Amino acid sequence: MEFFLVLSALLFATLRLATPLIFASMGGMMSERSGVVNVALESFMLVGAFVGAVAGYYAGHAWIGWIAALAAGLMIGALYALFVIELRADQIVTGMAFNLLVMGVIPFMTKILFNSTGSTPALPVENRFTFEPLLISLLLVAVLTLWLRKTRSGLWLLFAGEHPEALMASGVSVRKVRWAAVTLSGGFAAWGGASLSLFLASSCSPLMTGGRGFMALAALIFGKWKPLPAFAACLLFAFADAAQIRLQGVQVGGMEIPVQFVQILPYIVTIVALAGFIGASRPPKALGKEL
Amino acid sequence: MRKSLGRLLGFAAGLTIALLLTFFAGENPLHIFMILVKSAFGSMYDLGLTLSYTTPLIFCGLSVAIGFHAGLFNIGAEGQLTMAAVTAAAVGVLFPQVPFPAAPVLAFCASLLVGGLWGFIPGWLRAYRGSHEVIITIMMNFIAAGLASWFALKVIPNPNSQNPETAMVGGNYLFKDYDLIARLFPDTPANASLGFAIVLAILMWIFLWKTTWGFQLRAVGSNPEAAHRGGISEKKTLMIAMALAGACAGCVALSEVLGSAGQYRVGFSPDYGFIGIAVALLANNNPLGVIAAAFLMGALHKGASDLDLETTTITRDFSRIIQALIILGVAAQAYWEHLRSRRRKH
Repeated sequence: MEFFLVLSALLFATLRLATPLIFASMGGMMSERSGVVNVALESFMLVGAFVGAVAGYYAGHAWIGWIAALAAGLMIGALYALFVIELRADQIVTGMAFNLLVMGVIPFMTKILFNSTGSTPALPVENRFTFEPLLISLLLVAVLTLWLRKTRSGLWLLFAGEHPEALMASGVSVRKVRWAAVTLSGGFAAWGGASLSLFLASSCSPLMTGGRGFMALAALIFGKWKPLPAFAACLLFAFADAAQIRLQGVQVGGMEIPVQFVQILPYIVTIVALAGFIGASRPPKALGKEL
Repeated sequence: MRKSLGRLLGFAAGLTIALLLTFFAGENPLHIFMILVKSAFGSMYDLGLTLSYTTPLIFCGLSVAIGFHAGLFNIGAEGQLTMAAVTAAAVGVLFPQVPFPAAPVLAFCASLLVGGLWGFIPGWLRAYRGSHEVIITIMMNFIAAGLASWFALKVIPNPNSQNPETAMVGGNYLFKDYDLIARLFPDTPANASLGFAIVLAILMWIFLWKTTWGFQLRAVGSNPEAAHRGGISEKKTLMIAMALAGACAGCVALSEVLGSAGQYRVGFSPDYGFIGIAVALLANNNPLGVIAAAFLMGALHKGASDLDLETTTITRDFSRIIQALIILGVAAQAYWEHLRSRRRKH
């Protein structure tokens, strides 16, 4: 009986912890399938976490934070698009610079707003989500799966990343498709961040994403740039994370496992997964290529 | 020449925008700029601190630059330098009896080896498993941070302190007594490894442009297919380049552990590995340019550290904003080059 209790607790924790990863990896999918490498996911998430927590705090309502996070995410996504699509800046360099920028801007803003170095005030329990982001994330995976397969605009996205020339020949602007995809990528990833600050925790703390943007990217690669397999990879990483939390302080044969070993578990799982299993995973042909 | 001018313009644009941001915090940008300059170069003490930031940035800039030359993006310098610094501390703590000249050499070689290994792993994974080095090195940064903090807290903790740091290495491991640079800047962590960093940069320049290996490395980076047809083993080159990148980042153990602190402190690095990306970018991956770029970035970092004291609303985190905007300013240079080449075509 106790075993089942532990198991169900672990499963529920997995789903909760997967929520931010799912949003971010769906955001990453939008961008990368359109042909734009996105290592800026981490910063998109941080923006979402921060704006979500701030708006949620001032408005006293989680949904307002949620919508504000979306708006802020779309904006930073568009800014990223401006740099990599219009200004032709190197995509990985720009992505890392965005991460650095947001890590500096958030403490800068919290100092002005709350006189703190990166944390926002805590939201009371009734102003936080209980399960909604999880549902929205599952819905998003379903919608994106259908959209990619069944709609014309979904095909445009795929062609922008695989055969931009063919898309151009059929009279669709690859630039516009990429702009839209990267902008939406920012919005989705920001929801991932907002689900951290409004759902898993009660405020935005410095560096609260803790590398989840990169984990989401790894899940995307692991999931062969497809929504359902990427979703499954998110669950795997979240499970490693949930197990990590469970294993802290557990004794094995009278020896306690060092907490640091447990904490690096998800990253080791990621490396092993990327190195060992993805095998024939092939990125979109035009990924990282300029027009 | 034109290219480096463009980069300097990008640098200036990034810095200007960052300074203008301080309006939002109710500060005068010019005043902030003066604080940055004064705090970076105001006294011998300030200059010493600036140089002590410059040294690891040269190592990390070289690490990122050599990766770039081979067509690889080494985001793992942070993990590589962490592992190397812990290794140097571990050797120094565990074998305190080794006599002087051998001791620092031993510790340094060990940290080069471990830093190189930490770079080799993603290089190997990239060459043989096709795993993208960007993701793998980022994951390895997290793993390095975990391992290092476990080692510092559980295996060789400092018995005299509550801080997360290792015990002090044996006195034979420090070369302070023979250190002219340290004498020039008393009470600062600046040390002779700055000279070593400059020599390493010059060696790297010779390696890349005057040796066959260097040519092969750049050939793989600029055109893998042609390099392959020319009989260069791409796999081997990728692994060597990443191992060298790891070793370069590993040199930080020299400046931090053996040169100044005498121990590994958790969190001693303010993301040297990431600022190294900016350094390499600013220098256009030219090893000699890395020296100048590292000095600029080091000065910015030191300058921003006094913002906490000198202003009420701006903290040292502001250096991240400046660095990021400078990277963006330089990265957007590609646009002007693109415009120019298009104009030439017409």
